[in-house]
This record gives sequence, C-alpha cells and structure tokens, in this order.
Amino acid sequence: MIEIDDKNHQLLAVLADGLPLVPRPYAEIGGQLALSEAEVIARLRHLLETGIIRRLGLIVRHHELGYRANAMAVWDVPDDAVDALGAELADFPFVTLCYRRRRQLPHWPYNLFAMVHGKARARVLAQIGQLNDQVGLRQRPHQVLFSNKRYKQDAARFGGGLAKAG
Amino acid sequence: MATMDEIDRRIINALQGGFPICPAPYAKAAETIGISQDELLQRLTRLCADGLLSRFGPMYHAEKLGGALTLAAMSVPEERFEEVAEQVNGHREVAHNYAREHHLNMWFVLATEQPSQIDELIAEIEAETGLAVFNMPKREEFFIGLRFEA
Repeated sequence: MIEIDDKNHQLLAVLADGLPLVPRPYAEIGGQLALSEAEVIARLRHLLETGIIRRLGLIVRHHELGYRANAMAVWDVPDDAVDALGAELADFPFVTLCYRRRRQLPHWPYNLFAMVHGKARARVLAQIGQLNDQVGLRQRPHQVLFSNKRYKQDAARFGGGLAKAG
Repeated sequence: MATMDEIDRRIINALQGGFPICPAPYAKAAETIGISQDELLQRLTRLCADGLLSRFGPMYHAEKLGGALTLAAMSVPEERFEEVAEQVNGHREVAHNYAREHHLNMWFVLATEQPSQIDELIAEIEAETGLAVFNMPKREEFFIGLRFEA
C-alpha cells in the first residue's frame, strides 16, 4: 500500500462519482478542495503514475452496449505454468480480463480465469475455442460459465465512498 | 437499448482511458475525436443519463488504496435464487453479482476497505443464507483491460 495524504484522499473521494462534465473540470474539483487547478493536475498525474488511479476515462455499462454473451472461461493448469499461460491469454484482443485465482478444492479446481465479453454466444464460444487451440489448453480441465443475469453492477467503494476500484 | 450514432461510438471507443490531464481536457479530447468541446460534453451527459456509461471518471486500484477485492461463488437452489441475491446484494461491499450456468451459480465481487473484512463478510453471508461461500481471491493479474468497442 502506498501512503496517501489527506488531500489526495479527498481528491479521490470527490472524483469517485465522476469528473465534472464542464470545460475546466480540474479547476472545479480544486474549488471544492481549496486546491488550485495546477495542484489538482499535478496530484492526478502522480496518482496515475503510481497506479493508484488505474485509468481515467469513461466506464461503460457493457450490457447496455449490447455485450450480453459474457463468459468466464476457467482452466486447471499446473501452478508452474500458470504465469506463462496467463500472459499468453492476455494477448488475445477479445480477452477482457485475465487472472490467476486461488482454487477451492475439491469444489473448484480451476486457477486460471479469462473473461470474454461478446454480443453473440456462438462467437464467444468460437473465441474460447481459439484460446484452447492456440494456447494449448484443450487437454486441460476447463469450463465456460456464461452469465445469464446481472443482479448488480456497481463500482466498488472504499472508505464510505472514498474510491471506486476495479 | 438506448441508441448511439457514429459519433457516440467514436467517443466511447476513444475515451475508455487516457483522458487528458490538462486545464481543458474535454477540448483536447474533442479535438482528437473531431467534434467541438460543447458537443462532447453534451454527448457525455446524455450517454451517462441514458445509462450507456456507468460514469466518466477514474478506475482506482483497490489494493494500492489499502482495500481488498475478491471473487466469490455460491451454489444456490433455484427456488431460493432471488431471495439469496437480495441477501447478498444487501451488503454494500458487493460490487457485482451475476448468475452463471454452473452448479456454482451465483458469482459476486466483494470490495472491502480492509483485507481482513473479506473473511468477516463471507462469514456473515454464510450465516444469513445458510449456504457455503467459496472465496477465490486473485493471485496474479495478467490483464485488466476491460474495454468495449461500441
């Protein structure tokens, strides 16, 4: 964890609900925090460089954009191979997220997770087939879990609304 | 579904990250898209209001802020699914919750301010629902792009 001073905490909290949609948004935020526009800009650049802000831009609601065939593909791969395989999966343009996660034996043996978000189930299945073939995962135990209903999509919140993370 | 035109698509495709940090960032972004600042602001306001955008702003790094995120799953009997979804979503720490086609049929993301709170929260959900919660925390992040072409 990186130490964050109080002003940066306040800045992250104000930003959490979104950047104001006005011509000088950083000046407007500064006005709320008794910071100059230049100070806000310097602090935001630093927060981006240190990776505390992963990215700044628009966050889509993918379901509303028509992405309704959303699959979580999972594989059980040897622990000493998972890093290399994960890196290979991450290179495919249609893989939207890729993680190694803890297994939950005996209920859940899978340690490699990749999300493929698409508009049509057949295409998503073909793309996962491509992953299996091109990364050499077809022989590994694997499953594809499509989501069939979204029950909640909020931003993660920290510090009573301090931050939104992903 | 709300409708988008070609300019909306260009905006969505161009601005999922890399937003300028300078005094007039919307003017700069608008220039690269080929529209005016006013038009960009109007369209962003509308896209947020129509629900196509969740927000225009930052995505934070939970762990670097001292928080914790995890993915958890439950096996919920079909006839209890709605009731259990309500119980689980009643916790403000539940960020996402999706039904998936598997015997582990409910998958949700937990986000807490402190790493130690994850286990407490899972114990609470188990007590409330009488169902086991399987916690599958991240061990390694290979890719978190999560960008969508409009």
